[in-house]
Amino acid sequence: MTGKISRRRVLRGTLQGMAVAVGMPLLDCLLNDNGTAFAGTGRPLPVRFGTWFWGLGYTPSRWVPQKIGADYDLQPELRYIEPYKHQINILSGFDVKLDGKPNTAHYAGTFGFRTGTAADEPDRSLLPTFDVTIADAIGNDTRFKSLEVASTGNNTDSYSRRTVNDVNPGEGSPVQFYTRVFGPDFRDPNAADFKPDPDVMLRLSVLSSIKDQRQSLVQEVGSNDRARLDQYFTSLRQVEQQLQLQLQKPPAAEACRVAGQPKEAPIGYEVGNVLANHKLFAELMAMALACNQTRVFNVVYSDSRSQLHKPGSTAIHHQYTHEEPIDKDLGYQIESAWFVERSMEAWTTFVGALAALKEGDGTLLDHTFVLAHSDTSFAKTHLVQALPVMTAGSASGRIKTGIHIAGNGEPVTRIALTAQQVMGLSVERWGGGSMDTNQPLTEMLA
Amino acid sequence: MKLKSIPFVCIAGALLAASAAVGVYLAFLSPGEPAARGGPAVMRRISEAQYRRSIADIFGADIKIAGRFEPEARREGLLAVGSSKVGLSATGFEQYYNLARDISTQVVDEQHRSLLPCKPQALNAPDDACTLTVLRRFGLPLLRRPPTEARLAELVEIAHKTTEEHQDFYAGLKMALVGILASPDFLFRVDLAGAGQDRPEQISLDDYSKATRLSFFLWNATPDAELLAAAARGDLERRSGLTAQVDRLLASPRLEDGVRAFFSDFLGFDEFDHLEKDGAIYPAFSPKVAQDAKEQTLKTIADLLVARRGDYRELFTNHDTFLTRRLGMIYGVPVDSRTGWDRFRFPADDPRGGLLEQVSFTALHSHPGRSSPTLRGKAIRELLLCQTVPAPPNNVNFAVVQDTNNPNFKTARDRLTAHRTEPTCAGCHRIMDPSGLALENFDGAGQFRPTENGTAIDTSGELDGQKFADAAGLGRALHDDPLAAACLVGSVYRYAVGRLVAPGERDWMTWLTKSFTSDGCRLPDLMRRIALSRAFYAVSGTPRGTQSAAVVPGTGSEEKRE
Repeated sequence: MTGKISRRRVLRGTLQGMAVAVGMPLLDCLLNDNGTAFAGTGRPLPVRFGTWFWGLGYTPSRWVPQKIGADYDLQPELRYIEPYKHQINILSGFDVKLDGKPNTAHYAGTFGFRTGTAADEPDRSLLPTFDVTIADAIGNDTRFKSLEVASTGNNTDSYSRRTVNDVNPGEGSPVQFYTRVFGPDFRDPNAADFKPDPDVMLRLSVLSSIKDQRQSLVQEVGSNDRARLDQYFTSLRQVEQQLQLQLQKPPAAEACRVAGQPKEAPIGYEVGNVLANHKLFAELMAMALACNQTRVFNVVYSDSRSQLHKPGSTAIHHQYTHEEPIDKDLGYQIESAWFVERSMEAWTTFVGALAALKEGDGTLLDHTFVLAHSDTSFAKTHLVQALPVMTAGSASGRIKTGIHIAGNGEPVTRIALTAQQVMGLSVERWGGGSMDTNQPLTEMLA
Repeated sequence: MKLKSIPFVCIAGALLAASAAVGVYLAFLSPGEPAARGGPAVMRRISEAQYRRSIADIFGADIKIAGRFEPEARREGLLAVGSSKVGLSATGFEQYYNLARDISTQVVDEQHRSLLPCKPQALNAPDDACTLTVLRRFGLPLLRRPPTEARLAELVEIAHKTTEEHQDFYAGLKMALVGILASPDFLFRVDLAGAGQDRPEQISLDDYSKATRLSFFLWNATPDAELLAAAARGDLERRSGLTAQVDRLLASPRLEDGVRAFFSDFLGFDEFDHLEKDGAIYPAFSPKVAQDAKEQTLKTIADLLVARRGDYRELFTNHDTFLTRRLGMIYGVPVDSRTGWDRFRFPADDPRGGLLEQVSFTALHSHPGRSSPTLRGKAIRELLLCQTVPAPPNNVNFAVVQDTNNPNFKTARDRLTAHRTEPTCAGCHRIMDPSGLALENFDGAGQFRPTENGTAIDTSGELDGQKFADAAGLGRALHDDPLAAACLVGSVYRYAVGRLVAPGERDWMTWLTKSFTSDGCRLPDLMRRIALSRAFYAVSGTPRGTQSAAVVPGTGSEEKRE
């Protein structure tokens, strides 16, 4: 049974008593040329990318700054970001162009923005969201290609997907997220000792044996199922990557200080729970980035049709956006605006979590590029024109911050194109139909 | 193994030479049954329930499965159809891989290793023969077909090396088991085509795929040893052999598992995972009540349709059910049992009777803090009648319908009537509201209420021309609506095959529905008829291996893979 010569046979004798080192070099082309260095190694700090999502947009008159450019004014719903205003850009007035396709409520805006192409109804799109494209490029030398969390606790609240049928689920429990990232398989990059686990090569050989089945399986299925199988094997590659990383001592990470496991807390759409869990997720995600566990993340604060609700209320946020009359004196929907303000409060919490970690000569936020957006602009009418978008962090000096850029009806794809280029991808144009663009937001580029 | 799986492209070639392809289906047809050409083969990711059931059946119910599962996706109304569309994310694979390691660790631990089919000659040395025996024993039911010799050899080699490394036979065995539990042909059910010796021209599933489809349909479980043995012998190719297995599965208590799994999918019970009710407004409702409500309905269904072999339509009028004390608090009736389930019969004139009045329907199709005639009406249309209600326009103004404090519109009916004056809303609300309003005696948690804001609730309405005065009347209307039976038949079949009904199956579906109703709408009979049909195993459409391969005459392109 063991007589044949195989790839795994080569492993024999290579493990016993020796430290195996499989080189997993950082991809220099993806690092910031202007970045500061890993402490003590001289290697530049990585640049991270992430998205932050909230549902049901904003109140136009209470969110969009009046002033264009630097030192923009803060309208009431944006006042929470004041401590980090100089590190946040406001991108207003950029549209999802539907090109005659239906404005499927809470969906068209989200995935029009993320895939760059208006979706059909029902959506059969095989296009990836641009965070996946970025993760494919820069996420290959960390434990996780990307990490997704859903503060609502519902793992289907995720807007990161390779195709419409391959959604990256969001972890809904901070405890589970902690266990996944900082549990037994976590290697502290700052630990003095490093001894590779001899089981790793054996575990890799198991995965290799599974990969051997690909050829025979793909011959048995049609082209669409073949694509699904390929997705399976791509996903398997992440575990291989995780194992391979265990064979080498991780580079030191100055800001990596893992706190204790969070306590179990209520999970669900009640807004207090969402805010509390989001805060935990923000801190854990920041630490995952600081510890080089991933370079790409997707955070969902609230779902695209926001089922968030206040205790004792007969309506959820979504219902308020439709039903609530505009207050005659104040000129806006009071309850709906309350939820928008909680969203902006949470966004500030997230940015603050990144800014709290010192790294190099700045903070983690300085070495990150976060793109925040919603599914609609004014939720009462479900408009996908003038989607509210923000960025935070300077991506290690690659972009300017603290400015307000008015899109004036330009396609939102310009924003995602900019993000991809900032993250080092060789993408000249992006988007479909009338959202096809080759124009990044140069006013934001450093 | 009598049959060998072969790529569809080969079969397509064979069929090109056999111009009377359609005729071969007549061999298994029941009297009056039209020929059906089948649909495309599918590759279905196993669900969390199926994964758990497989592990329990194969390794024992005490194996702990503490992990997360990739979310399922509903397509065309069913998770079962979605299972043939979804892939596996990196996060998902990582989760399944970790589960594989956890399960393998338990299977070889000291508590469980006595259940393995052999013991190694030494605990600290490789024993390839024993490893092979174990892998053969478990590989067959896990993969739902015998693993290839080459694959077994690879796994034995991995086990051998690991054992040497650790000086521990069971460490090696564990490593090899991970190689099966994390593999794509365990996590996905891949339809393979086969051709029997008796009818080499026939295109249909191979015997192991037949066994798998049959077992998951009737039991929601991996095929048991007897069914796999029947597949190996080629019994499923013969009418008598297939009938024996189908009847054995139908006679088993495990049929209830299959029926429960179907209705959990059909009724959208996955929504219970994230059902929330406002604690201040509905203090009696809790996550445990929600779980009990789901279980109440499943127990009621199993009792009526399986144990009593009742008429499906009676689900809408049946007053016999089961309650826990927690549910008794919601329904406002006494329940004796402190911890378990009591059989309970609502009085004949009680408004709480059928499926529609159960908490699993009224609470699931409501908002967290209020009832919703529209959501309930939509669920009746979409879930129980298989109709599609268009999405509302984006700029719809719900101000009137949602303002429960408006003194001019005290009840939901008042508010919805005002709302229907909006021309863009009227069309759909006329479809949804008249049935949903009949359930307004039940609040957002499913509790009975005679009034809303001090005004008596008017529960009259009509369903496709059949008028009624209250929820019980709505139940009778649904009972008498031929669309309800047709919806169930179509849903059971789509659930069974994991895809839409193909155009080439329409005559057959019409016959199936007619047979179902003329036989008294007995679900086990419907499942038997499907399980014994040629259509259930027939494969048409996309040839294997290549999109450009020849299309089978008369069988191609019924349903293109997306």
